Amino acid sequence: MRIGKKVALLVVMLFVFSIAAGCGGGGGATQTGEKSGDAINVGLNVELSGGVASYGSNARDGAILAIEEINKAGGVLGKQINPIVRDCKSIADEAMSISAALIGEKIVAQIGPLTSGDVAGSTPVMMENKVPLIAPAATAANVTVDDKTGETRDYIFRVCFIDPFQGTLMAQFASDNLNAKNAVIYCDNSSDYGKGLAEYFEKTFTENGGTILAQEGFVKDDRDFRAALTKIKGLNPDFIYVPGYYQEVAPLIKQARELGITAPIGGCDGWDSPDMVSVAGNDALNKTYFTNHYSSQDKDPQVVEFVEAFKAKYNKEPDAFAALGYDSVQIMVQGLKDAGEADPVKLTEALANIKDFAGITGKMSIDDQHNPVKAGVILEFKDGKQVMNTRIQP
Amino acid sequence: MLEFTQQIVNGLSLGAIYALIALGYTMVYGIIKLINFAHGDIMMVGAFVGYFSLTLLGTNIFVAMIAAMVTCAVFGVLIEKIAYRPLRNATRIAALITAIGVSLFLEYITIFLLGPSQKVFPESAFPIKAYAVGGLSILNKDVFVFVLAVALMLILQYIIKWTKTGKAMRAVSLDREAAVLMGISVDKTISITFAIGSALAAAAGVMLGIYYNTINPLMGIIPGLKAFVAAVLGGIGIIPGAMVGGFVMGLLETMVSGYGNSLYRDAVAFGVLIFILLIKPSGIFGEDTGEKV
Repeated sequence: MRIGKKVALLVVMLFVFSIAAGCGGGGGATQTGEKSGDAINVGLNVELSGGVASYGSNARDGAILAIEEINKAGGVLGKQINPIVRDCKSIADEAMSISAALIGEKIVAQIGPLTSGDVAGSTPVMMENKVPLIAPAATAANVTVDDKTGETRDYIFRVCFIDPFQGTLMAQFASDNLNAKNAVIYCDNSSDYGKGLAEYFEKTFTENGGTILAQEGFVKDDRDFRAALTKIKGLNPDFIYVPGYYQEVAPLIKQARELGITAPIGGCDGWDSPDMVSVAGNDALNKTYFTNHYSSQDKDPQVVEFVEAFKAKYNKEPDAFAALGYDSVQIMVQGLKDAGEADPVKLTEALANIKDFAGITGKMSIDDQHNPVKAGVILEFKDGKQVMNTRIQP
Repeated sequence: MLEFTQQIVNGLSLGAIYALIALGYTMVYGIIKLINFAHGDIMMVGAFVGYFSLTLLGTNIFVAMIAAMVTCAVFGVLIEKIAYRPLRNATRIAALITAIGVSLFLEYITIFLLGPSQKVFPESAFPIKAYAVGGLSILNKDVFVFVLAVALMLILQYIIKWTKTGKAMRAVSLDREAAVLMGISVDKTISITFAIGSALAAAAGVMLGIYYNTINPLMGIIPGLKAFVAAVLGGIGIIPGAMVGGFVMGLLETMVSGYGNSLYRDAVAFGVLIFILLIKPSGIFGEDTGEKV
């Protein structure tokens, strides 16, 4: 009898385990999406609070709009897309733990985070679990390519152009359109973003025959820039390049104008925030230019349609982050269609081969370093309004 | 030469802000020998009270500043009652660690309540005017912060040197037990010290809001640390020392950015702290009393 009890117990236990294992297998099936008709989970790991909260929330709004449009049109591969939104608080470590949690929820791809630093935080988890990450706005060169080995990171993609392009673009604009012969670089030295842009600006600007008079630096959370600005004023440059984020750049420009610096000031997509105008003021921002991925004033029919849909849903103008968030979802959907099934690894292969995808932010093809080859625009502040100045094709 | 003079102006106005924060720091230390690391965060609370007074209640800047000072004075007294008083007879390191705890508490409770993103201080509260004096650019806010810092220092000096309360503060500072025997209420005196110190921090907070027109829950950390260095530099516990220390720090940072490299600015600022602690720990104005054994 005793032995019989033990055997019975063993059988019961085996039974329980096999059910558990069966569940695990079932979960796997939802992930590959072959047997189950469930929704396709997509993770949105974005900055909804912290230093760059406005980037993350706008990208989320753009992505959600894209997902709703797709779902309304019948979804992709016969399934609805289910977005799982998480706030990484503008902290790289937080981005990492959220990625791990999202992968636990069987996502097919992760959209976000926005900044290069936060993407770098999330990257190891994505690589290890072989789930693709589509970065809407991470522009540092080393996001998709390993600095040390020079190898492309297999599972990391982006829909924005990279830092070198932004620095190059602004240098081109400064020498061609503004006829600047010399320039001062005053960059955010506490981020790879600011330093990377400064480096490529200098390269292109000197290649065009210009001179860099001086390079100054500030760090995150600085609020007083007058000492370095007074020095810059003494150098009397034709152009000042300030690659950084709006939190520091807005007071910087305000203080520059207060000191009587009238030279044009140029920057990058980190400037794209309503806080620029509310902090620096309309007058100070005149004669300032920045590179960006897209302009809502573009007359391209696809852009016009997107802008109208976005305005109807959120009652606000979509900025570049919203457009990039939208494109991130669209390119992922294109990848899913090409792959033919909702499998992270197959999706990754499809994404790497995307050609001439028509996004809101321009037509793009993914190159072998997982960067899109696409156009960029120069925006100008005129009395507190962003006005499209010119478009530059690569 | 013009550039140099402009840098002096820059340095003095930055220094005035450090001095303003350092005043409260140094006063609290002078009376109860506690380095109140939460001082920078009380300043932040003051900035937010000023902000809400301006935006929600629509008051003018002077009412906002007084509202912030009163609120923070009450706050300071409460913090002292809750966090520091139970530890008054504990070791000084215990009180110091509690101060760091209070600092983190204030930072993160503000983030919890108001969110972590920055708020834009309404510019209409203090319209900026620039005066061009022989090619120099001097702003009305530069003059305002300078005058405010000097005025508050003089008022503080008056309170401590010439009033009965000030006498009680000095007595408590010198010998707490003896002060009790002379009929001084130590609890009351320390409460007043915290009220004044926190009100000073609030004034600095609103000033910082006007000056850099953005405020956020973590804005007190770096200026708080710099002001601490300024207080040590001038001789912690000595009111005019905080003033001089603040100006020295402001000028030093400006000169490093202006004539050296802006990247070494903070390294120099904190290098000064290490240097002064090695060479003359009592600070510029401090007397070498030597510890009694």
